[in-house]
Amino acid sequence: MNNLKEIDQYLAHKKLPHMWCPGCGNGVILKHLLLGLAVLGIPREKAVLASGIGCSGRAGDYVNFHRFQGTHGRTLAFATGIHLSNPELTVVCLMGDGDCGAIGLNHLLHAARRNINITAIVANNLNYGMTGGQYSPSTPEDSLTSTSRQGKTGAALDLCRLAAEAGANYVARSTVYHVREMHKYILEALNTRGFSMVELLTPCPTYYGRYNKIGDAVQMLEMFKEKAIPLNKFQNMEESEQQNHFWRGVLVRKNNPDFYTRYRQKEAVQ
Amino acid sequence: MTNMQFLQGNEACTLAGIAAGARFFAGYPISPATEIAELSAKLLPRHDGIYIQMEDEIASIAAVIGASLGGMKAFTATSGPGFSLMQENIGFAVMAEVPCVIINVQRFGPSTGIATQPGQGDIMTARWGTHSDHSIVALAPASVQECFDLTVEAFNLAERFRTPVIVLTDATIAHLRETVSIPDTVKTVQRARPSGPVENYRPYAPAANQVPVMPNYGDDYILRVTGLVHDEAGYSSADPEVAGTLVNRLINKIEKYTDELPEPEYAGPDRPETVIISYGISARAALSAARRAKQQGRSMGVIRLRTIWPFPEKFITDICRSAARVLVVEMNKGQLLREVRAAGITEAYGLNRTDTRVIMPEEILEGGVLLE
Repeated sequence: MNNLKEIDQYLAHKKLPHMWCPGCGNGVILKHLLLGLAVLGIPREKAVLASGIGCSGRAGDYVNFHRFQGTHGRTLAFATGIHLSNPELTVVCLMGDGDCGAIGLNHLLHAARRNINITAIVANNLNYGMTGGQYSPSTPEDSLTSTSRQGKTGAALDLCRLAAEAGANYVARSTVYHVREMHKYILEALNTRGFSMVELLTPCPTYYGRYNKIGDAVQMLEMFKEKAIPLNKFQNMEESEQQNHFWRGVLVRKNNPDFYTRYRQKEAVQ
Repeated sequence: MTNMQFLQGNEACTLAGIAAGARFFAGYPISPATEIAELSAKLLPRHDGIYIQMEDEIASIAAVIGASLGGMKAFTATSGPGFSLMQENIGFAVMAEVPCVIINVQRFGPSTGIATQPGQGDIMTARWGTHSDHSIVALAPASVQECFDLTVEAFNLAERFRTPVIVLTDATIAHLRETVSIPDTVKTVQRARPSGPVENYRPYAPAANQVPVMPNYGDDYILRVTGLVHDEAGYSSADPEVAGTLVNRLINKIEKYTDELPEPEYAGPDRPETVIISYGISARAALSAARRAKQQGRSMGVIRLRTIWPFPEKFITDICRSAARVLVVEMNKGQLLREVRAAGITEAYGLNRTDTRVIMPEEILEGGVLLE
């Protein structure tokens, strides 16, 4: 499933090449998101890409189907309205870790709680890239960023565990290094009715990699290879060990009815 | 056919929304606007509509904007604190040209203020609450009947101009009960939709009236929406030419067509010595004062604004030109007064109350006498 022809129909070719830095994983994520739509045969007119503000938010400029880009952090709230007004649409929200995990965290929790039929893809590059590499809630503790020159104070937030706890039907996490796994999770998420979320670790060699002396994009991918470990292994680690690792895998797979279905059922009873 | 109902202002606003075609309401509970949410929750499902209670007012207006882009007429209702939270996304709706209606039931004071008491302190928030240059439409009903009529109008204007429209009521009118005539059907306006070849469709190419036609998500016409400066195809752009043209068009598409907005009403002699300018609940006291002034043989006319923004400058200056005295009556520290003075009526004075009490006719009569 690596044939670019598959995603031709979804790309705004005249807007390419994209503006992302060399070594950024956003292009990989966008590619596999579009591949997911292609595999499922979703026509251009019935898909909406709702993106946030930040590096990944620019993805909307590179697609030639329905695109929405709202205000910082609010993507899931806007998308809730898009979905409910037109429930046959496939609504995919592409957000960054700052967008979804800081300013927009409230909306993530409530979208998951409602089990709204939306797929959320979180491109987690471990910092705010667009504004120059400040620390975000998902930046690992002690990491160097432009606003934590002595190391970040405070632990990293696990968005997946929050979304799972709040009631999402599907939650998974992988990295752009683990490309087959990522592809599979995106497909599973798109195939889920109810709220689905895939968090994807993606390298930001321009800021996070440079500040933390990890090296270039290749070395950042090697870091993901080494430090992103299967969920069951992670769960068997000591807490101190866990802090040096990321888990990947499927955290939740459920089939609870989504908000719209339940709302309409209640109404029929009325 | 019409039927007479005994309603409070909040109920009239809700019924008007549904009559105007609204099928989506997203909101967050706040006094004194809650009845709009409650009645919407009850009635919308009966019309195949959706009520959803969001996690805050930011999310509420966001969901409303999303639903409008999905093809439903959509609205929300709030009061001061919630209205402040909505401002960024109201600006987004201006920029992305998304029709929607925000009913702001004004309550007293800054911050939490007094949740159950009225005020008219959000006049400037409605105009300039969201950042940077833009135009906005804001209407101010003075009765429960007008809560119905102007809310219908708000939806129609939102569709006509592809813009958010704000309805400024207040805690008094919201909970006031009056007999209202509710027609079986109302005149509704639908957004202009694209036609012709799908391939060359550009979502932000303006029509002759400067408003682009609008598909919804799910149509064959591809809709690209962003709050970034965007070209006519809907792609983001940092080109100075594109930026300047867009901001000018967003303003001109409304400001050049103000004759389509509800006009002020004038009651009084042809060449009044004293002109009272007011709106909303305060205008009712002004009209009552003017009736008594007439009985006393005094020459007093009342301009009652129904559209607050864009400010109906010409209507007001035409009537005030020959007047000896102009008094602007409002429950704030003179927010509209500044606008009246900026229109060249420098000798205008304010009669203001900011202590939760509504302004009484006697105060206006006294105020008029003091100026005389």
